Amino acid sequence: MPKLTINGKEVEVPEGTNLIEAAKAAGAEVPHYCYHPALSIAGQCRLCMVDIDKVPRPQIACNIQAAEGMVVHTETERVKETRRSMMEFHLINHPLDCPVCDQAGECFLQIYYMKHGLYDSRMTDEKVHKPKAVPLGPHVILDAERCILCSRCVRYCDEVTHTGELGIFHRGDQSEIGLFPGKTLENKYSGNVIDICPVGALTDRDFRFQVRVWYLDTAKSVCNGCARGCNIEVHTNKHRTHHNEGRRVARLKPRFNADVNKWWICDAGRYGFKWIDDKSRLAQPLHRAGAQATEVSWDRALPELVTTLQRTRPEEIGFLASPQMSNEDLWVLRRLAEQLGVRNIDFRVPPRAPGDEDNFLIRADKNPNSRGAELLGIGPGQGGLDAAGMLRAAREKQLKLLWVFHHDLWAAAWPEAEVLEALEGAETVVFQGTSSAGEVSARAHLVLPSAAYVECEGTFTNFEGRVQRFRTALTPPGEAWPDWMILSFVGKALGFQDPVFVAERSEQVFNALASTVPAFAGMTYRGIGDAGATVKA
Amino acid sequence: MTEKIFTRNFHLADSHTLTRYREQGGYTALPKAFGMEPAAITEEVKKANLRGLGGAAFPTGVKWGFIPKGSTAPRYLVINADEGEPGTFKDRFLMERDPHALIEGMVIAARAIDSHTGFVYIRGEYVKPWRILDGAVKEAYAAGLLGKNIQGSGFDFDIVLHRGAGAYICGEETGLLSSLEGKKGWPKIKPPFPAIKGAFGRPTIVNNVETIMAVPHIINRGAAWFAGLGTKSQGGTRLYSVSGHVVTPGVVEAPVSITLRQLIYDRCGGIRGGKKLKAVVPGGSSAAILTPDEIDIQMDVDGPKSKGSMIGSAGVIVMDETVSIPEALMVVARFYAHESCGQCTPCRESTGWIYKMSRRIIEGKGRKEDLDTILDVAKRGAGTTICAFYDGAVGPYISYIEKFRSEFEDLILSGAHA
Repeated sequence: MPKLTINGKEVEVPEGTNLIEAAKAAGAEVPHYCYHPALSIAGQCRLCMVDIDKVPRPQIACNIQAAEGMVVHTETERVKETRRSMMEFHLINHPLDCPVCDQAGECFLQIYYMKHGLYDSRMTDEKVHKPKAVPLGPHVILDAERCILCSRCVRYCDEVTHTGELGIFHRGDQSEIGLFPGKTLENKYSGNVIDICPVGALTDRDFRFQVRVWYLDTAKSVCNGCARGCNIEVHTNKHRTHHNEGRRVARLKPRFNADVNKWWICDAGRYGFKWIDDKSRLAQPLHRAGAQATEVSWDRALPELVTTLQRTRPEEIGFLASPQMSNEDLWVLRRLAEQLGVRNIDFRVPPRAPGDEDNFLIRADKNPNSRGAELLGIGPGQGGLDAAGMLRAAREKQLKLLWVFHHDLWAAAWPEAEVLEALEGAETVVFQGTSSAGEVSARAHLVLPSAAYVECEGTFTNFEGRVQRFRTALTPPGEAWPDWMILSFVGKALGFQDPVFVAERSEQVFNALASTVPAFAGMTYRGIGDAGATVKA
Repeated sequence: MTEKIFTRNFHLADSHTLTRYREQGGYTALPKAFGMEPAAITEEVKKANLRGLGGAAFPTGVKWGFIPKGSTAPRYLVINADEGEPGTFKDRFLMERDPHALIEGMVIAARAIDSHTGFVYIRGEYVKPWRILDGAVKEAYAAGLLGKNIQGSGFDFDIVLHRGAGAYICGEETGLLSSLEGKKGWPKIKPPFPAIKGAFGRPTIVNNVETIMAVPHIINRGAAWFAGLGTKSQGGTRLYSVSGHVVTPGVVEAPVSITLRQLIYDRCGGIRGGKKLKAVVPGGSSAAILTPDEIDIQMDVDGPKSKGSMIGSAGVIVMDETVSIPEALMVVARFYAHESCGQCTPCRESTGWIYKMSRRIIEGKGRKEDLDTILDVAKRGAGTTICAFYDGAVGPYISYIEKFRSEFEDLILSGAHA
């Protein structure tokens, strides 16, 4: 642990820390483009120069490791002048695209120019012109003129995805990023190059020109696309509702978590949010009688559900929970099942085709909370039925009320005819979810709209047992409610006394489950923090 | 007449053959070297005061000493035969006329650093030298001078010839290694230095052709003899590639104590057509230009340095009074803009920018402030890059303008190229 002095402040940093990170620890910002902590050191942008005592010339901070007794200065006149020079070099061939560049507001050329540049341009000659708006793959588009050749994207494809699609071609100021012949940038993690591009050279084909970034709001969240639970930010457009074709979720971005996803997310996760603002979203409870479905208020839907539950014997009720539900949702459901004496409860619905998986982030289980469901004991009680058993019982008319959460059972491994027969066999099918789920919601007698994970807060437990919080980014559409709240209302209406049925915040539900379920013992909602906390083995 | 070392066989027919080389005493240093401890070979080279003759002039024996001791990992000897510096063409002749001296030098150097694989990275355009060197390597293998158990010494050494694809930057030590590894010829960030982590991540020594060819002579005739030929700062003789407006341009072998004036006037017959000398570049295009009153300097490491220039690769470019210095700057600026690898921002952007300004001046569209802008840009970029390419480019940028400023100003004011 070398101790060094940066701008007069002594700091102790781990062995091998470079001077950019050491300066950060000392509260000093060293501007940089090519350095990224996840990638090898390139030393190309030459912007991160600092003065080191006894070294005659400024040195790049990215390639120098902190050493015991080192004295570093990041703000000497010489350093400032060097930065100004580097900024001038970076910008002499950069097009003046700011008014139309979609990186505006997030461009480190702009930011650093304002912080460290501020010179009058001396470049009067014709700039070098390079290709503009070149699609590199399904998600990424290149503007070669804006590229400052930091090589982050090239190193990312070489070192992180090991797919090597990108290279820097030509020499000198003609150098440009491009695809190797015959390649397209379509690996499963291609969108990350957009995040690590420090300028407007690589932009997102999905997001660009949809809404300006300064109109966006941000919420910390967790991707619900698979059991990894990558940490993300949800960027929402609430202030310019006429932009982005009215969609509220503008984009998802990875959020750094050293233990889960580092800086990255997969493309499936990044672009898998369109359903949130899709027209198939459920916004109002529906009551169906025969072929006729009618929008009803909760004031009618809830009593109807409660009455049905009351008149049905527990062994004739089945709860088909979903690993898409949060820990809080599942815990309230479990309490409700216990209070009702329902032992037919499960969440395991086998997918029709196995999900893809790799040895990086993507998991075959496409649900964010299967582990949570297991730990919370969502499964058949003594003599109870599992998911397949419930459908069989429904087909045999032994199960009268089937309450399905989120599942589109037509996407399951079971034969469609059997599923159909089961839905027709149950006297009452309740579907609760965020979106229409094909024939399940189409045939349900009662459809209850629930909030998407970006419309409420709660926790998921990933496959490694890490409990992670997601936070509210948006309000639910129409009269959709978080699953746990719907279940609480039902429990309260049934007159059950458990505190979770009168909870007002998901925090109360979580703290209640943590005080009951041994794996979560000792955890608190707030204690989980932004990085998550791991359950007991 | 000076004793010839490197060029002693140049005049012989078939000097490139093993037979002829042996007739002239070739491969006699090899058994001597096999009888010496590796450290003793390195020590002898240090004492000989042999400096790198490719451009950087780093003491050769000292460089060999940087290979980590005690490691059993493979280490490599790489010969820089790229010779891309404009004005420099000596290695080409060495490989064409005396390739076995290079091979013998490589085996001795390899033994000194305990390397069993050597690469010769040869400029792609050098088809003839490559063909001749390739033939010599095959002869050496056939004669048991390369390969396993060379001359019964128990020492194994193989040589791989690798042809470059045509980029100046691939002559830069680490750019060469990147290219050798099959990557884009981008110089590598240092540290680590090649002696620690070089070709394919292994300890590597990179030496110039001429440097290594001095080694058999040093082993045969002793360090004191070699050192005695030179000056305090540098031993031996070296080859000067003299081009431009002299009566007899070409490769000249001379002790490093020779002065630039002697080289131009005594060895190369003076300025062609009885014209006056206007300027001379002493060490390849990246060396700062000298004026006629600056040529009484020894052509060793220290001489050109005393005038703010460098000996570099000893490519002497002579310009007579008819030369337009602004045009010469434009040509050299175009070269550096074209050959900048594009990796580091200041080099990539400045070389192109300076070329545009210098071209505009030649086109009669120069602005008064252009000269100061070029000087300022050049100075700001100097010393800020991964490799020495840009520092090399800065040599001409600054010296051409500072020493011939009025010529540039006249051109800008008149708006027309004379």
